[in-house]
Amino acid sequence: MAVTADSKTFNAHAIRADFPIFEQLIHGKPLAFLDSAASSQKPRQMMEAMTTFYETSYANVHRGVYVLAERATAALEGSREKVRALVNAPDAREIIFVRNATEAINLVAYAWGMSNLGPGDIVIVSELEHHSNFVPWQYVAGRTGAQMRMLPLTEEGELDLSALDALAAGGNVKVVATNQVSNSIGTINPIEKLVAWAHEHGAIFVCDAAQSAPHLAIDVQALGVDFLAISGHKLCGPSGIGALWGRGELLLAMEPFLTGGHMISSVRLEKTTWGELPHKFEAGTAPMAEAVGLAAAIDYLQAVGLDAIAAHEHELAEYALGRLGELPGITLYGPPADRRAGIVSFNVEGIHPHDVAQILDMQGVAIRAGHHCCQPLMQKLGVAATNRASFYLYTVREEIDQLVEGLHTVQKVFA
Amino acid sequence: MNEFDQMYREVILDHYKNPRGHGTLDDADAQADGQNPLCGDEVSIYVAFGDDGETIDEVKFSGRGCAISQAATSMLTEMVQGRKATDVATLDKDELLEEIGIPLTPVRLKCAMLGLTTLKVALHKAKGTPLPSGLAGFDDLELS
Repeated sequence: MAVTADSKTFNAHAIRADFPIFEQLIHGKPLAFLDSAASSQKPRQMMEAMTTFYETSYANVHRGVYVLAERATAALEGSREKVRALVNAPDAREIIFVRNATEAINLVAYAWGMSNLGPGDIVIVSELEHHSNFVPWQYVAGRTGAQMRMLPLTEEGELDLSALDALAAGGNVKVVATNQVSNSIGTINPIEKLVAWAHEHGAIFVCDAAQSAPHLAIDVQALGVDFLAISGHKLCGPSGIGALWGRGELLLAMEPFLTGGHMISSVRLEKTTWGELPHKFEAGTAPMAEAVGLAAAIDYLQAVGLDAIAAHEHELAEYALGRLGELPGITLYGPPADRRAGIVSFNVEGIHPHDVAQILDMQGVAIRAGHHCCQPLMQKLGVAATNRASFYLYTVREEIDQLVEGLHTVQKVFA
Repeated sequence: MNEFDQMYREVILDHYKNPRGHGTLDDADAQADGQNPLCGDEVSIYVAFGDDGETIDEVKFSGRGCAISQAATSMLTEMVQGRKATDVATLDKDELLEEIGIPLTPVRLKCAMLGLTTLKVALHKAKGTPLPSGLAGFDDLELS
C-alpha cells in the first residue's frame, strides 16, 4: 500500500497529507486536531479501499456462489486475518467482528459472565476504566450476584498493584478487566503483571485495548490475556467495526451473545445448533465494507510502523507536558511522560473545561472537555471534568503550539 | 478578540465570577438537584415562597460547572424573583436565552438550561406544577 512515510523516515507532516480532513480551515484557522483518543481521523487510502470494495466487490458474504459473493467473502476473511496478525493471535477463527470495543466487552460480560459468575464471585476492574469496561461488568455482576471491586490508583495515576491481594479476600476472583492504556490520562498499564496475578487466582483477564491498539504493537500471546477488545475507528479505520479476540477454548465453551442469521449450524423447530467459530458470535450481515476499511487502516499503520508511531506520540506527550508546564495555573493529570501514551489531561485554574474547549475551538483547536466516559476516575481525581489533548501519527508540534497559544487567549478572556 | 467577546460577553463573565443568589437555603420550600450527564455539571436550586405560598421570595443555587451554566443560573435567580411558581413552571426558555444573549451550540444550550430545568423540577416537586417537557437533552435529568 502506498503510504507517504515509512518507519525509517517517519515524518508526521508527510503522513498528514494522507488525511484530507486537514485540507480545511476551522474558524479561519488551520485545524489543530487534538482529540484522536476519542476517534482518529482517516487516511485517504482507507476510504478509497472502501469505495473500491463497494464499486467492484460488493455482495453479501459466505452463502453466495457467484463471483461478487466470493470476492466479498475473501475481503471479509482477509480483514480477519489482518486483525489476527495485528494482535498476533494464534488463529483467525478467534477474531470476532463486532461494532466496537464496547460491544466486544459486552459480548464477554454476557456470553462468558452470565454462565460463569455467581454469588461469592469477584470481578475486579480498575479506577482507570472507560465506562465500556466498567458498566458491562457492573451490570452483569448485578445480574449474577457477583461482586465488583475496584483496583485503586496511586497518586501518579497508575494502578496500585499492591492492593490486589486485599481485593481477593473473601471470594473467588473470576475476572480481572483493565485497559492497556487509559483513554483519560494516558497511563500505560502493566498487563503482564496483572495477567499473572489473575491467572494465579484462577481468573480470566479481559483487556480493553481500544486505546492501545492504535498506538502500540500488541501481542496477545506475549501479554497472556484471555480476551482483548479493539475499536476500528480509533486506529484510522471506519466507525462501526471493532474486534474481539478470545482464547479459542474459552470461545468454544461459551454460549452465543447475539442470535439469528448466519450464526447457526442448523435451525429446527425443536432446537437450533450454533455455527463454528467465529460465526457463532457474528449474527446477522457482517460489517463488510467496514472490515475492508479496517484492513486498509491496519495496512496503513503497519507500513508506517507501530513502533515509530509509539515513539512519535511519546515525543509529543513529552513536548506537550513541557509546554503546558510553562503556563500558569495548569494542573496536569497522569504519570510522567516515560510511562504514558500520547494523551495529556489537564485543568486550567478557575476555568471550566467546557469554556476552555469552546474558546480553543474558535481558534481552530479541537480538544475534548468532559469526563471522557470515566466518571469513576473523575471522582477519584476530585474533578467533574478535565481537558484532554491527545495525539496520533499525524499530529505535529505546531498543533501543540497552537494549543498553548490558544490557552493564553483562554486565560486572557477569563482574566 | 471579537469572536470571544461575542460568546463570553462581559455580563456572562460577571455573573460567572460574581454569581447572584449563590448559596443554599436551610429550610427551602422547594429544592432539586440537577446534573448534566454530558459533562458532569451540577446545580442545586433552593426556593423560598412568600406568605401566599406561591410567589417566589428567594432563590439560591449551588453547584459547579462552566461559565455558561453558572452564569445562566445566576441570571435566572434574578429573573424569577417575585414571580409565581405557576408562571415560572411555564417560563419559556427563550426568555432566559434572550437574557443570556449569545449564540449557543446544541451542547452549550444544555449547559444554559440546566438551572431552569432544575428550578422547574423543584417547583414540580413542591407544587405539582408541570415538569419541563421537551427541553432538549434533559429527558435524563436525574430527579432526586
